[in-house]
Amino acid sequence: MENKQTPLGYISFSVFAWIVGLLIFFPIFWMVLTSFKSELEAVSIPPSFISFDWTLENYAEVQERSNYFKFAMNSVILAVGSTLVGLVFAVTCAWAMAFNPTKRTKNALLWMLSTKMMPPVGVLVPIYLLFRDWGLLDTRFGLIMVLFLMNLPIMVWMLYTYFKEIPTDILEAARMDGATLPKEIIFVLLPMAVPGIASTMLLNVILAWNEAFWTLNLTTSDAAPLTAFIASYSSPEGLFWAKLSAASTLAVAPILVIGWFSQKQLVRGLTFGAVK
Amino acid sequence: MSTRASTLTGRIMSAPSIIVLFLWMAVPLGMTIYFSFLRYNLLSPGMEEWIGTLNYEFFLTDPAFFASLTNTLLLVGSVLVITVVGGILLGLMLDQPIFGRGILRLLVIAPFFIMPTVNALVWKNLLMDPVSGMFAWLASLLGLPAIDWFTNIPLTSIIIMVSWQWLPFAVLILLTALQSLDRDQKEAAQMDGAGPVSIFFYITLPHLSRAITVVVLIETIFLLTVFAEIFVTTGGGPGLATTNIAFLVYTQALLQYDVGGASAGGIVAVILANIVAIFLIRLIGKNLDN
Amino acid sequence: MKRVMGAALGALLAGGIAHANAETKLTIATVNNGDMIRMQKLTGDFTAKNPDISLEWVTLEENTLRQRVTTDIATKGGQYDVMTIGTYEVPIWAEKGWLAPLDGLGADYDVDDIMPAIRSAVSKDDALYAAPFYGESSMMMYRTDLFEKAGIKIDGRLTWDQTLEIAQKLHDPDNGVYGICLRGKAGWGENMALITTMGNAYGARWFDEEWKPTFDGPEWKTALDMYTNILGNYGPPGATSNGFNENLSLFNSGKCGMWIDATVAASFVTNPKDSKVADKVGFTESPCAVTCNGANWLWAWNLGIPMGSQKVEAAQKFIAWATSKEYLELVASKEGWANVPPGTRMSLYKNPEYTSAAPFAAKTLAAIESADPVNSTLKPKPYIGVQFAAIPEFQGIGTIVGQQFSAALAGQSSVAEALSAAQSSTDRTMRKAGYY
Repeated sequence: MENKQTPLGYISFSVFAWIVGLLIFFPIFWMVLTSFKSELEAVSIPPSFISFDWTLENYAEVQERSNYFKFAMNSVILAVGSTLVGLVFAVTCAWAMAFNPTKRTKNALLWMLSTKMMPPVGVLVPIYLLFRDWGLLDTRFGLIMVLFLMNLPIMVWMLYTYFKEIPTDILEAARMDGATLPKEIIFVLLPMAVPGIASTMLLNVILAWNEAFWTLNLTTSDAAPLTAFIASYSSPEGLFWAKLSAASTLAVAPILVIGWFSQKQLVRGLTFGAVK
Repeated sequence: MSTRASTLTGRIMSAPSIIVLFLWMAVPLGMTIYFSFLRYNLLSPGMEEWIGTLNYEFFLTDPAFFASLTNTLLLVGSVLVITVVGGILLGLMLDQPIFGRGILRLLVIAPFFIMPTVNALVWKNLLMDPVSGMFAWLASLLGLPAIDWFTNIPLTSIIIMVSWQWLPFAVLILLTALQSLDRDQKEAAQMDGAGPVSIFFYITLPHLSRAITVVVLIETIFLLTVFAEIFVTTGGGPGLATTNIAFLVYTQALLQYDVGGASAGGIVAVILANIVAIFLIRLIGKNLDN
Repeated sequence: MKRVMGAALGALLAGGIAHANAETKLTIATVNNGDMIRMQKLTGDFTAKNPDISLEWVTLEENTLRQRVTTDIATKGGQYDVMTIGTYEVPIWAEKGWLAPLDGLGADYDVDDIMPAIRSAVSKDDALYAAPFYGESSMMMYRTDLFEKAGIKIDGRLTWDQTLEIAQKLHDPDNGVYGICLRGKAGWGENMALITTMGNAYGARWFDEEWKPTFDGPEWKTALDMYTNILGNYGPPGATSNGFNENLSLFNSGKCGMWIDATVAASFVTNPKDSKVADKVGFTESPCAVTCNGANWLWAWNLGIPMGSQKVEAAQKFIAWATSKEYLELVASKEGWANVPPGTRMSLYKNPEYTSAAPFAAKTLAAIESADPVNSTLKPKPYIGVQFAAIPEFQGIGTIVGQQFSAALAGQSSVAEALSAAQSSTDRTMRKAGYY
């Protein structure tokens, strides 16, 4: 709309946009900054932006109290594990729905999505009892299963919308050439769907990483991810804001970096259908 | 196109997902339905007894139920409006030539990657605290009294936090959709003398409709069960001001340990969710089909 | 060759098994409060004395911890070997047979040294079902400098009316000083702990002898009127989201004239590292009204072992270590006497080193000793507990009532509306639970 921008217009619009962007980012910036303050400075008014005693004390304290890497490793395993398991199920399901739809396909898809709208706490007790009986409490396997099932509907739905955009003639041509079904999926469909699959996986990793109900309630220590790590720093007795900021920074840093690096891929699959 | 054989393969291929999801739903759901007819307090094991629909009666006649239903709808609706409108505006903004646009984009989408718990803790303690928070300090600079966020406008505060989290998601999707907009079409319209406003309403917005559908659908799914933000900040209060359905079920399940009541609440929530889903699909589902 | 390999393998396996046998891993669930964090940091001392036991800490924020351990013990999930539980849970769980009796704490544990009020709160039929780690009551902390400036002298135990007058005098929001800071955040262990002690002082009780809630009586009305008046008009902004922590940081930054809260706060507010007013704090009992009975609460965090645990012996060793007199000395040697977990052992309060390091010791002791969970109301009551009723339904009831009272504090509803809402919701829950 402003193709013929004057240099002045460019500069003033840039300044405006940066102000908006920095405002949106401010809470994260402030969290990171607070993590380098002492506890008393963290609550002092007026707040100090640069002129405070920068300290790594909070990070040292956090690392002394809890083994960050163990929690982070669990987060990685759970997020990646549930994504990979989910992918196997979702690809086959979405393939079938996109290329061999039946009358009930749409209903099945809808039903899948609606399963996500139930408050998880409503089924906590049944799940806890089942997990206890099956010996799955505080196991990574059990949690991977839960997270995978939690996110499966979204994965199927995303892949379905993506697959639907792939012209069927290509698949049919492959079939004519004598490709078997597994070959058709692996060698023809998947390569074409890489962007969609990548973005589905990324979104799933983010959702699994940030899931804070099941990961907190079904784990104790062996399988506990970063959400449990945060829960040991929120609201203790005494001043805690700086330490909490340090713990929070540690907990969100990996996924933030991954998200930043992969934002283009993340969006491609989500919008494939949308941008047509 | 669906011959008999391909329908069969289709069934076979989609079966695993549907079966596991069905089990995942059916087993706990079955247990939940069963529990919802029992007087079953987790703290009194062995005293379960069949009480018919009493749990449902209590849940549905609970004054908190109606309040939480309203709050849920308000929360979902407001956040949807804020993120879609804000997402379009920010998307349009980021679609312009800006100095350092790539980095700016990263800053704008960052909140989406933050854990809801962390989001709530940061907003509550570092920003919205009425005595030592950032906003209180800003207000005092302007000579204004500090806003007492979680006392005076609790639901609004929650809406702000949740919107902050989901706005980047909307921006991401809408921006990509905007970037795929055909420049020629826009230019042609400009030649014909169309102003920016009419270009927006007649060309840009229709082009975005499908992206908006995606945003609305995915966000609704997550917004219906917003919990961490409420748990960390207001605990559903003051009064019932920020209790949504998910939080109400939580108070039944993990404060009263009333498994029967929580199960009934969960079932009610599922039914409501399905109503919303059907409504949603009716409303925007056509957009998904082209 | 093969044989050597086999032997080596066998030795390796045997070694592995021996190792597995030697090491008992205890999973300990605890709250993320300062005293527990200190305990976690002292793990090395315990494992040095007990090389065959290793400790795995699960430190969680209070609400999350409570829901985790309750779900786990009620479903017999078996995730924890030692649980940190409050005086609210112990009598309920002991009654249900969920806790293993602590009968192996060792000869030199000196059970009789535990404060009688706390000991009775964690015992059933004279058997200990959890060992107190630290205990607290409530008391008033006030700013001596502000009191002096305003010419206020405390003479004997204050009443709530006098407290209101003082709050009015001290309240100076333009200079960043609020008359009084009290808990306003909704929750049975948050605002309801304080409001219940106020109710007790005004002669109210949660339930009458028939388990009927009594929020429709005049006692609660006066108590809640006082609460909303004093905190709403002479308290800090945002009082409805203030719990212990928020008030602590307010008080430490010099913004409260008075603060009534847990006695453990005393060691925080007098610590110059965290507090700007460390040398200007005075301590006195929490206010009375028509009675002093139940005007201050009683709470302890305790360590207990779930029934059915395979590691009872090791767990008892750990509990004996963490709640022993020697542990207090250990903390004192590392962090100073002011930082030892207070409120559980009489001997601590007879120790001159402690009483000189902790100027608040005498008041803390007096407050804990005066709190009686059985006899805490003016009229008879059917439940145990000063600031709570030890029945399973109370957590839910207390939280909902807490919500309604915080709505009254926020001005969203009137005191009368809040009370009638509290009455009807409590009545519903009690009816549903089958009390009448």
